[in-house]
Amino acid sequence: MKGLIRAEVRRLAKRRVTRLMVVLLVLGLGAIAVAFTAASTKVGPAQVAAAEAETQRQYEESLRMHQQNLAECEAARTRGENVSLYWPPDCSTDPGFAPQRDQFDTSWNLPYEFHFRDQFGTFISVFAGILALFGFIVGASYVGAEWHTGAMMNLLLWRPRRLSVLFTKLGVLLGGVLGITVVLGALWTAAFWLIGRYDGQTGKMTQGAWESFALTGARGAGLVLAVTAVAFGLASIGRHTAMALGAAVGVGVLSEIGIRIALTVAQVRFADRWVLSTYVLAWFQKRWELQEWRACNLSASGQCEPDIFIVTWQQSALVFGLGTAVVLAAAIWLMRSRDIT
Amino acid sequence: MLSGVTAVLEIEGLRKTYRSRFRGARQALDGFDMVVEAGQVHGFLGPNGSGKTTTLRTLLGLIRPNGGRMAILGEEVPVRLPAVAGRVGAIVESPQFFPHFSAQDTLSLLADAGEVPQARVPEVLELVGLRDRAKERVKTYSLGMKQRLAVASALLKSPELLILDEPANGLDPGGIREMRDLMRQLSASGMTVVLSSHILGEVQQICDSVTIISLGRRVASGPVAEVLAQHSGGGVVVRLESATDLPQAAQVLVAAGARVDLKPDHLLVTGIEKPAWVTRTLAGHDLYVNELAPVTVDLESVFLELTGTAPVAGQHRQVDQSVEVPA
Repeated sequence: MKGLIRAEVRRLAKRRVTRLMVVLLVLGLGAIAVAFTAASTKVGPAQVAAAEAETQRQYEESLRMHQQNLAECEAARTRGENVSLYWPPDCSTDPGFAPQRDQFDTSWNLPYEFHFRDQFGTFISVFAGILALFGFIVGASYVGAEWHTGAMMNLLLWRPRRLSVLFTKLGVLLGGVLGITVVLGALWTAAFWLIGRYDGQTGKMTQGAWESFALTGARGAGLVLAVTAVAFGLASIGRHTAMALGAAVGVGVLSEIGIRIALTVAQVRFADRWVLSTYVLAWFQKRWELQEWRACNLSASGQCEPDIFIVTWQQSALVFGLGTAVVLAAAIWLMRSRDIT
Repeated sequence: MLSGVTAVLEIEGLRKTYRSRFRGARQALDGFDMVVEAGQVHGFLGPNGSGKTTTLRTLLGLIRPNGGRMAILGEEVPVRLPAVAGRVGAIVESPQFFPHFSAQDTLSLLADAGEVPQARVPEVLELVGLRDRAKERVKTYSLGMKQRLAVASALLKSPELLILDEPANGLDPGGIREMRDLMRQLSASGMTVVLSSHILGEVQQICDSVTIISLGRRVASGPVAEVLAQHSGGGVVVRLESATDLPQAAQVLVAAGARVDLKPDHLLVTGIEKPAWVTRTLAGHDLYVNELAPVTVDLESVFLELTGTAPVAGQHRQVDQSVEVPA
């Protein structure tokens, strides 16, 4: 068994798709980190002073424009023209039309500053999404190409216990993807913490804040593994990489476009409840609120409030878990029973 | 073991039916039997679609049979196949490898998977003549080179039983001769070789015994010489001093109980016990034999006769179209 595991680890690492995808993954994630390093600026007294000066300039410019408008209005009124088409009837004797200094916020002119504690959660989701795509392609190709080229059949002549071969391949794949996720996840966290430290703000990182990030990261890693396993299962069922890619496109089109349009036309309540991406959002956000705007619930203040449906991360776990289990069960059943011709 | 202490491979009553929702059922194997003795080079012959590859795949656990029994090296398969797989080297149909790996990588990975020492990899590469091309990607190989790699992969675990499906496919004449020599060498070292091939001249040269399959059934089996003898018909070619006497000689022999086919320059006589009977009978009627020779058959003619696949002028035989011949 150790020999088979060693062979599969070597096979996965030697594959061109795996190597290419790792390079693209590292380059892609690196590019995002570099872009945010360049985009984020640590805000200090100089940046605040510059922003205040710019805000004051904008206020004065606005005031100058207002006074110029008043003068043009007065001139038009003197000429007996109907000014009410373009200006207030009294050419703005109402002071409410004049720009006020407090309407100009200094923060508008501050440069973008990355805030690690407030914003890194979103970047964990981005990281997980990219890793899930990586896992999908590598997982589908790993077993799909093996079947398609006949290498799997050749291997089964050496190791006739089919399920043992399938589980070893799946285990090695999930282990490899998890390893890459953990290593790159640590580098991703370190990179954004450094951006916050030197080009932005880290915020007050309490133990609770780190735990929250860790839990979001764990959910992200779970999604990456589920997507990888589903891709592996689909490609194994179809004995071709294209089976997984085709199924992904099919589910994407059907779920995100077809179901959404059909349910909206049929006026089904909370149509997005049946769309897969809703569960992805709930998975990362812990809960996702769907609103039914056609309903009108009068609040105490007399306002019309929509109906609410909450999708929780536990429900997402159930959907993803069941989906993964069904695909893997089908792959296992076919591996056991199919004739390899 | 099913029978016989020296049998390395035994198949009894093997049945396999392929079922398709759209194309219905097709019986690929219909009670097929086969026995291969230890140390032999055994030819496994049959026309396209006769069930050869299905038999080999079933034997190697790739296809599930609907009935029958099989044993390899005394172990019943598929139940005991994992225990015996390490002693069986096989290539089934065309060589199939991951195209982006080199031959070296391909064999090295198989060695790891089969827990075979890595030192065996250069040995088999040398044996099949791929030593100098071992680090090139398989996708750059010719069919013959892939075939050599397939044989190398089968030899990697130093098997006791080697099953080769069309090993000479794609090889150049030199390669075919090398493959023939390799088979002999392996057989001499004690390895049992089962060889499926359509190059019947090769099979006749290197095989000790054969099994011929047609329409999923065994139609002939045994040592090559015996199979040829059984199907030569015991006939003789008879030539006389004067060809004008042939019609008279034919009448004499038919009257004496022989079956005679009159040809322009000779008679083809069958249904006789001894060739000397022909000489004696004709001499009794003042007809003197100039040449008397036994009819010789080769494996190809026996194969075509048994499988009913001999070409017929003006007809286009379809795959699976064979004549049923009693076993």
